[in-house]
Amino acid sequence: MATKSELILDEKKMNRAITRLTHEILEQNTDPSSLGIIGILTRGAHLAKRVASLIGELEGVKVPVGLMDISLYRDDVHSKLDQPIVQQTNIMFELARRNVVLIDDVLFTGRTIRAALSQIVDFGRPKTVQLAVLVDRGHRELPIKADFVGVNIPTAKSDEIIVHLSEVDGVDSVSHSKSDQSTSSGKADKKVKPAKSKKSVSKGGKS
Amino acid sequence: MSRLSSRHLLGLEETSQEDIQLILNTAETFREVIDRTIKRVPTLRGITVVNLFYEPSTRTRISFELAEKRLSADIVNFSTSTSSVKKGESLRDTVQNIEAMKIDMVVVRHGSAGAPYFLTQCMDANIINGGDGSHEHPTQALLDMYTIRKKYKKLKGLRVVLVGDIKHSRVIRSNIWGLKTMGASVALCGPATLLPYDVEKFGCDVYTDVDEALDGADVVNIMRIQLERQQGGLFPSQREYANLFGITKERLKRLNRNYTIMHPGPMNRGVEITSEVADGKNSVILDQVTNGQAVRMAVLYLLSGRKGEEE
Amino acid sequence: MASKKYDLVITNGRVIDPALGFGKDAFVFIKDARIKKIEVESASVRNELKSFDDSQIIDASGKLVVPGLIDIHVHLREPGREGAETIDSGCRAAAAGGFTSVCCMPNTTPRIDNQETVKFVQDRAKTASARVYVVGAITKNIEGKQLAEIGDLVKMGAVAITDDGHYVQDPNMMRRALEYARMFDIPVMQHAEDKYLCDGGIMNESFQSTRLGLKGSPAAAEEIAVLRDIALCRLTRSRLHIQHVSTKGAVDAIRQAKAEGLRVTAEVTPHHLVLTDDEIGKEFNTNLRVNPPIRSEADRDAVVAGLVDGTIDCIASDHAPHTDEDKDCEFDIAPPGMIGLETTVGLMKTFLIDKGIMSWADVIRKMTYDPAHILGLPGGNLSEGAPADITIIDPDKRWTVNASKFLSRSKNSPFIGYKLSGKVYKTIMNGKIVFE
Repeated sequence: MATKSELILDEKKMNRAITRLTHEILEQNTDPSSLGIIGILTRGAHLAKRVASLIGELEGVKVPVGLMDISLYRDDVHSKLDQPIVQQTNIMFELARRNVVLIDDVLFTGRTIRAALSQIVDFGRPKTVQLAVLVDRGHRELPIKADFVGVNIPTAKSDEIIVHLSEVDGVDSVSHSKSDQSTSSGKADKKVKPAKSKKSVSKGGKS
Repeated sequence: MSRLSSRHLLGLEETSQEDIQLILNTAETFREVIDRTIKRVPTLRGITVVNLFYEPSTRTRISFELAEKRLSADIVNFSTSTSSVKKGESLRDTVQNIEAMKIDMVVVRHGSAGAPYFLTQCMDANIINGGDGSHEHPTQALLDMYTIRKKYKKLKGLRVVLVGDIKHSRVIRSNIWGLKTMGASVALCGPATLLPYDVEKFGCDVYTDVDEALDGADVVNIMRIQLERQQGGLFPSQREYANLFGITKERLKRLNRNYTIMHPGPMNRGVEITSEVADGKNSVILDQVTNGQAVRMAVLYLLSGRKGEEE
Repeated sequence: MASKKYDLVITNGRVIDPALGFGKDAFVFIKDARIKKIEVESASVRNELKSFDDSQIIDASGKLVVPGLIDIHVHLREPGREGAETIDSGCRAAAAGGFTSVCCMPNTTPRIDNQETVKFVQDRAKTASARVYVVGAITKNIEGKQLAEIGDLVKMGAVAITDDGHYVQDPNMMRRALEYARMFDIPVMQHAEDKYLCDGGIMNESFQSTRLGLKGSPAAAEEIAVLRDIALCRLTRSRLHIQHVSTKGAVDAIRQAKAEGLRVTAEVTPHHLVLTDDEIGKEFNTNLRVNPPIRSEADRDAVVAGLVDGTIDCIASDHAPHTDEDKDCEFDIAPPGMIGLETTVGLMKTFLIDKGIMSWADVIRKMTYDPAHILGLPGGNLSEGAPADITIIDPDKRWTVNASKFLSRSKNSPFIGYKLSGKVYKTIMNGKIVFE
């Protein structure tokens, strides 16, 4: 193998990280009924649902959850031969005057968040938009910063962060797959890219 | 990630099931976009689309134009009612001039069958056929299929009857090929003078008795009957056409319980369709119009950015 | 020292003269633009050759030596559309295709419906590389309303009359034309296509036209036209020639008329012998737009069978040049017609001879003796004293049809890119080499 994979979060640690994240969100937003949560498809959407249900347990408030596909707002649509398959955006609540928490699994270049912010603006004018991510792996290409972070993982740019969620992948885990350059394996073999449909990889397009 | 197998949409005769599926699935997303307060996404920002209309058309042109606007494309409308038979500038010169203005996509409506194909030989832009002669009108058939699929959650196994001028209708040709590719069964019905030569070779059931054609069908897609066909002696009068082929409430009894009434418009009420039918609860005629935008947005989106590839 | 006895000798070729029933390796001697003698190899012939300069000898080893080919249906476009073709360029194309005689159609601008235009064409043709025979119009301005001055036309040298491109729609007018032409013993050549049934059709009416949504012209439009004219031929006992037969129904009708003893002759084009209408849907190639349209496979097979059994007398190209500008457009507005002079020999070899449908001798007969016979033209045979019009064919030469190699001014051939076998090697007209 040309890559070396290290498990960063197992199921238990991930749950703990999400719970902590939720507590932080509630600390910042004293009125939970003003909250609205938007998850970025695919895994951010599942995280959003988990956070919302935790808030329900902790505060007894039903926080509305929206799902967002950012394909139509990407800045690289014309530079690619293959268009991403667009999924539906579904935000069934009024954004005006809400404190919106945008949730994604991995924060990398910041371009996905830029697209999501543009889309939110087209849907309405929230009071605030805050960003929560499960993993911040650095290497921002835009001036974007998360308000709530589950775990910070220092990475090389060519590394891969692989997030599994039980809703899609049957298991909860975050692992860090180091590329040739950052390990000493020094093999010339091309790294085999993990199949996109199975795992969320914070490399390439979605970041 | 996914892509259509061609960088143009010229027709449905050779479009695969996978491609049709992809367009219809993508249209699903855009259907949601046009229900938003801000019915606009920035996806085609920086892309210039030319609507090249050599035939008068209000509906198709507006539908494409709105689809383009909702995708944030830049739009140029080039409409000419002058017949191309009259010697003006050649089609090649016209489109090469347009392309020299650095445009990316062309939606073309033209009275000559094959004109969209001709355009692919003259320019690099992505070509979308908005109707060519009596040949194809792929986006209309796609929106018809989208509308049917939305209601029944499937196309396979449904029985669709296309009623009208089978000989001259591009909508019918595209519908036949698209529906058959998707596994629907297609029946054609119209006056014998408006059935083209060897029409059975499409692989459809062909009827000249509309009541027989409607028997056990799920969907009836009714085509506008052009007055000029009567003037050309292809049927005696609109009155007789209405009697023999007009879809009336009475005739609907032959259809399956959960039937659907469609019409690509504009309608001749009281000729090919009665108002009762057109405005009845099973009519999806206005949904077709709304869905048309979503389907056209999907086609524009899926073809955009596909330049200079190997065909 | 050059022999004065002969000007030219073609050696070692296989000489085929269907008129004489000749088909042997032989030597053809030419003197004063006439064929002097044809002899099989012998010691004395070899001996005789010694007195020749190399410049007087054409070595035709492995080649076919045949009478100069005759095409009785050609559009030379001059006067009027010199951008598409001129008499000079058309005759150079003819020579390149092995034709030493062509009959030009009268639908020029002005029409060839008067003596002056006949004279104009004849004058232009004097220096051309093929003999040009003029076919005059049946009716004034090809309008089908009033007979042209046919007597004048014939006196000036017209060999037949036709309104080619248009059917003489009025049966009474056609009857008069047949009767009148009988005085001069010339055939009336008919473009048989009923305009009401054709109804603006731009391709054969078939499932292909149904598929493409292109307006179809039914085979019946030709069949009805042919049947009517045969009836008029029976009535008038005149000579009728059916141009570019394209349908099974027309072939059947002509076969029956011939069996009845009527004076009916017919021609078929290479494209109707080779192509079918399913070609059009591939890319709407406007070079496939032609009148009458290319038909179904059954029709194609029927015209081939008609040619083989003699129902159809001859092969004629209906060479119809159109400029790139005219053809580079939408299919339905493209003018009908395709060029054919330079591809006929290759097409006939590749699609008839190589497929075992006809022999070289049969094909050559349909391109020499038979067309000459229909119009009473000199030539079409290699008998002693005949004009030295000779075509030498390289029978197995493989070549690809290349638009830039055409000598015709126009390039509107649907056969561009076709790989053919059989090509003209040299063409001799009136004792002079006009193509090599």
